[in-house]
Amino acid sequence: MATNTVFSEIKNSGLGFWAVLGFFGLMTLVGAGAFYYMHHHGHHVTGMNNQIVWGMPHVFAIFLIVAASGAANVATVGTVFGKKIYQPLGRLSAFLAAALLVGGLIVLLLDLGSIGHVIEMAYGYINFKSIFAWNIILYSGFIAILAVYLWTMMDRSKVAKKFYKPTGTINMFWRFMLTMGTGSIFGFLVARQYYDAAILAPLFIVASYVYGTAIYTLVLMATFKMTGRELGDAVLNRLRYTLAIFIALVLFLELVRHLTNIYATEHHGVESFILNGGPFSNLFWYGQIVFGSLVPMFLVWCTFLRNNRTALVVAAILAIMGGFAQIYVILIGGQSYPLVLFPNSETSSTFSDGVYNAYSATLPEYLLGIGGVGLALCVLIIGMKIFRLLPTTLADASVDPHHSS
Amino acid sequence: MSKINSYRRNFLSGLAGTAAAVTVAPGIFLREVQAKPADEPISDKVRWGMLIDVNKLTDGGDACIAACKKEHGWGDEEHSNDLQDAQWIRKVKVTEKMTGKTVSLPVMCQHCETAPCVDVCPTGASMKRADGIVQVNKHICIGCRYCMMACPYKARSFVHETLVDQRPGTPRGKGTVESCNMCVNRVDEGKNPACVDAAPQAMLFGDLNDENSQISKVLKQYGGTQIRADLGLNTGVRYWGI
Ligand code: SF4
Ligand code: SF4
Repeated sequence: MATNTVFSEIKNSGLGFWAVLGFFGLMTLVGAGAFYYMHHHGHHVTGMNNQIVWGMPHVFAIFLIVAASGAANVATVGTVFGKKIYQPLGRLSAFLAAALLVGGLIVLLLDLGSIGHVIEMAYGYINFKSIFAWNIILYSGFIAILAVYLWTMMDRSKVAKKFYKPTGTINMFWRFMLTMGTGSIFGFLVARQYYDAAILAPLFIVASYVYGTAIYTLVLMATFKMTGRELGDAVLNRLRYTLAIFIALVLFLELVRHLTNIYATEHHGVESFILNGGPFSNLFWYGQIVFGSLVPMFLVWCTFLRNNRTALVVAAILAIMGGFAQIYVILIGGQSYPLVLFPNSETSSTFSDGVYNAYSATLPEYLLGIGGVGLALCVLIIGMKIFRLLPTTLADASVDPHHSS
Repeated sequence: MSKINSYRRNFLSGLAGTAAAVTVAPGIFLREVQAKPADEPISDKVRWGMLIDVNKLTDGGDACIAACKKEHGWGDEEHSNDLQDAQWIRKVKVTEKMTGKTVSLPVMCQHCETAPCVDVCPTGASMKRADGIVQVNKHICIGCRYCMMACPYKARSFVHETLVDQRPGTPRGKGTVESCNMCVNRVDEGKNPACVDAAPQAMLFGDLNDENSQISKVLKQYGGTQIRADLGLNTGVRYWGI
């Protein structure tokens, strides 16, 4: 039963542990190098320009931040909805969320043109009309709440227990606001046609469950394997079906979003650009829809593959890649479509008026993003080494005595 | 038709007088408001604005663009590619699909009253002065480019490299965003923006809040088109002939 779950840190840190940590540490260092290079030379060494102003680093950053919110969902289900089987999973869930958030925020921060001015900003004026400013508060608040939440899960005292449920509830609502806040970054771009849809905010919320669950599943399976702990099908099946259900929901919202857009005449242009033959169409249809959504759903729901762990791993990896494609298409595709200054007219200029903007990320941009992933995983591994985040076992009998497969 | 022609004639004669005055005494006639003493705060009684008569810009704005470039020194960044070079003002060629009518016009920051770039900026670097001029304070801009995402007119550029040889009146900086600032440096000295002086036959600069200013008078009489008026941003830059 959940209340009797025993947790432990990673104990036997042999060569394998250091190799894994070293690998992600190296990724982080490479990312740091990429930052230094971009910062030293200026953004002319990137593929970004005055038309595509947010590029690959932002795809990584937004993906990680949205995934962070979703990764905390596993804990929420245990706390707020009282699902006992999820409770042993809560600590890792909250910590993973914090780690992913740190990784994403660092990438966002290190892509800024004048990072030095951020320090001054701390003392200066913050524009509370800006959703960006609100997001800074939402993100830092999230980390603080996660810290308290972890304490309520890990401290055996009565006080901590009392706060367990309220903190979990606050955490859930905070996550809603945070993911919506991230989605709303696009909502304020009145003139950009692809972002002109209220549905982006709920879409981000649902997508966050997909990314977060997929990452959580992979992390759980990998650490349990490497630390020789037992992981039963009961837990994995919960994660597996959560993943598939939320993929289905994302597909549904995507359908609604594109249908509504197609219905509005002024959005025909941008819709056919994204969906039908433009440079993003393959990424959308094959990357996001077929391989990122339909195939993982098949892998989860196909009866032959029941309890098949390889299928689950593949499904989770595909869902992550599909999510990445989704953010890429939204972010880069939306910027690629030209702003309409003069409706019903053709325009041209030396500043890319009236043309589709091409973008290809340069190596430092990828490396900066990958560095953020590396950092998130380093934080996670170090956390698992120091804190008792992992249950000693998640064997079926221990998580659910009534489980029968 | 005849009504439009009579508008045209009126504007022609109105501007003919202006142009003559400008050639006689540049920067004086068009300006009813005196130079702002350096220690005096920017007045919110004033709202600076601009009117561009596209039909009179025979070069489509090339001269204005050259003057702006000269004044502020943007556009020849050494390492940036063409898409990364700054462009504060550009010439846009517009062909109406149905009629085939083509015009070329200069497009720069429209100095929106409700400026999206100001609303989204987390630091307040993107700011609107009390006199309506929108600009970026490069000392606090963190270079997030959210304002570039938000501007409906694509009026902003990001500085992609370290700059050398800057103009004294126009501080610019690597990793910050910039755009047309209506030549605040000149306006505060009581001069016209550089583009207006480069095309006095077609451009008027003045105080939109002062009903006796020439720009207010002609706008009151003939109106002035906003680009994307549907967005309701109440731009300070108005056009004729688009
Ligand atoms: S045109 Fe763009 S940069 Fe200028 S005030 Fe409006 S939103 Fe801001
Ligand atoms: S790039 Fe600078 S001016 Fe623009 S929103 Fe960011 S901080 Fe503000």
